[in-house]
Amino acid sequence: MTTVESPGAASSVLGAPVLEIRDLSVSFTTEGGTVSAVDRVSLDLAPGEIVGMVGESGCGKSVTAMSIAGLLPSSARISGSVRLRGTELVGTRESVLRRVRGKEIAYIFQEPMTSLNPVLTVGRQIGEVLQVHERMSRPAARARAVELLSLVGIPSASKRVDNYPHQLSGGMRQRVMIAMAVACGPKVLVADEPTTALDVTVQAGILQVLRDLRDRLGTTILIITHDLGVIADVADRVVVMYAGRVVERAQVTDLFAHPLHRYTAGLLSASPTPGKHAGTARLQEIPGLVPVLSSQPDACTFADRCPAADSQCRESAPPLEVVGTGGALAAKDHLAACWHPCPAPRTQPQETDL
Amino acid sequence: MIRYLLRRAWQSALTLLLSTVVVFLGVRALPGDPALALAGEDRSPEALEAIRHHYGLDQPLPLQFAQYVERAVQGDFGVSIRTGTPVSSMLTTALPVTAELSVLAILIAAVLGVGAGVLAAVRRGHPAEWLANGLALVGLSVPHFWLGLLAILYLSVATGLFPASGFVPLLQDPVDNLHHIVLPAVILGTGLAAIIMRQTRSAMLDSLSSDYVRTAKAKGLRPRAVITRHALRNSLIVVVTIVGLQLGGLISGAVVTEQIFGLPGFGKMTIDAVFQRDYPVIQAVVLLTAMAYIVINFFVDLLYSVIDPRIRVTGDPA
Ligand SMILES: Nc1ncnc2c1ncn2[C@@H]1O[C@H](COP(=O)(O)OP(=O)(O)OP(=O)(O)O)[C@@H](O)[C@H]1O
Ligand code: SF4
Ligand SMILES: [Mg+2]
Repeated sequence: MTTVESPGAASSVLGAPVLEIRDLSVSFTTEGGTVSAVDRVSLDLAPGEIVGMVGESGCGKSVTAMSIAGLLPSSARISGSVRLRGTELVGTRESVLRRVRGKEIAYIFQEPMTSLNPVLTVGRQIGEVLQVHERMSRPAARARAVELLSLVGIPSASKRVDNYPHQLSGGMRQRVMIAMAVACGPKVLVADEPTTALDVTVQAGILQVLRDLRDRLGTTILIITHDLGVIADVADRVVVMYAGRVVERAQVTDLFAHPLHRYTAGLLSASPTPGKHAGTARLQEIPGLVPVLSSQPDACTFADRCPAADSQCRESAPPLEVVGTGGALAAKDHLAACWHPCPAPRTQPQETDL
Repeated sequence: MIRYLLRRAWQSALTLLLSTVVVFLGVRALPGDPALALAGEDRSPEALEAIRHHYGLDQPLPLQFAQYVERAVQGDFGVSIRTGTPVSSMLTTALPVTAELSVLAILIAAVLGVGAGVLAAVRRGHPAEWLANGLALVGLSVPHFWLGLLAILYLSVATGLFPASGFVPLLQDPVDNLHHIVLPAVILGTGLAAIIMRQTRSAMLDSLSSDYVRTAKAKGLRPRAVITRHALRNSLIVVVTIVGLQLGGLISGAVVTEQIFGLPGFGKMTIDAVFQRDYPVIQAVVLLTAMAYIVINFFVDLLYSVIDPRIRVTGDPA
């Protein structure tokens, strides 16, 4: 039972997906020509699931995230489909997308300092979402903002609500961003590197808030990061991207136990085991750079950096599918786009579990 | 906030005192003996001595200064050498004219400049951008006096739409007053409008590509709210700073504009006094100009701190 017909499938136990991304491709028209940033990405997010998206800088994580709610600049050409509980979002009118943004799909960004408006109080910035989507009055929105601030763990929220961003610490600001994002109880929360700019102890607190949100409100979270420690810490499933493509997708435990794609293996070779504390490891340097592509070649885009590359890798693009690897059979929801997947589980003891 | 205001007020007072000293000494250092200028026909030593005594010019300088300050505080700037009118009453008729002209010019410049600047930033490549840029070029490169003369030629003399010169006090007939002052105010405001428009445009382009504007869009706000509440409010911080620096230019612009349109304002009073070597008037005029700079700067700072909470709270620019 392969899942090739349903290329983005979430794990079946969790029910019908909230968000279905199908063959999403994005390219930009720039002065230097066309940049192909995302290539036929497919991914399903099930209700209440936390999915991690990982990959080196420039591999298309943010572009994928921004295209979900149509937030890319007008220079972006988007094809494929993004469905929010069945409703198509790609190519939809702005007025429809505005009702989705902040209400159904909310965002948290990397830099909590610059992502908050310096001249408005945090209460006002949180209240704004409620005024727009819930038609709340300004005083009611402010009162709700206080509740939201305590929900995300900000002490003396009734005082903090009148603070300006510069009066808060980095971690506090990120909590404000989260409060703002969850104000209208969105189905999907997209967190683009929410902890990258914060130090480790603060990071752990933010991740805890995100986990709480999922547990208490059932929010589906797509968390983007460079940091495999963060993935190990919070995510249920993980998607590995390289040069605009999804190259591997699996349950977090499966991926850490047995990376199949050569790129994933490279990422993991100096990284923590699942459950180890966040922030203890960054992506290990793999020699070479993520290519900036003007078009998507019919080849493995990792071939130039891959130790196992051969002529097949350079002549045809490997499909994302369940791959057999000699003795150890991968889990049915463990997919990779690689002609020559890594043969053996990375850690010996876990093989006995299979 | 209060502490910040007190500190700024104290700084302003100090600056004012310093400029008073400089003006006082400056006028005393001008070539020529004021007693001679005052004496007119009778230049006998006795007459000169009497004049020196009458004006306190025979006293030691510090004492003269103290007396000058004491009188000035009471609004007594002495008497015009040429006309014998008290300087203070000349000021009461001239200042409102200039104040009205400048305030109107600033308002016109702010509305036009900010409006065109926002439009040019939001509608890039749209005809509105070309229009705004064209206007800015004219506003910046064509001097006031030339624009003023053109305006008089085409809008007053040729078509009679506006009076070419003269003034009616605001309280006497507000409509006629506006009719007289609108054209000079527009002319005076063009340069400032152009500067404001350029600053607004570039500041808006910056804020429109900022992270917080991305956040605002991701919240599902309407473009209007994104542009005004988020992008424009932040842009105004930059705009107010730049405009504050330009207001000095407005004062000298007012002098020229009043001269062209024959408005009986502060500028005209200044030019007349300089040509007639009317020392008491010059002294009062220079002092008041310095005061105007100081007061304007104080208000610009105030405005700045109203817009930018980072200054309001810490008392220091971020
Ligand atoms: N507005 C744009 N115009 C042109 N190219 C763009 C634009 N936005 C992104 N790109 C290109 O798309 C590619 C993917 O960028 P993206 O921001 O998604 O990377 P990322 O995986 O989020 O990286 P990082 O970890 O650094 O955030 C990059 O090559 C980038 O240069
Ligand atoms: S397809 Fe080939 S080049 Fe690409 S990762 Fe697999 S082995 Fe390496
Ligand atoms: Mg990114």
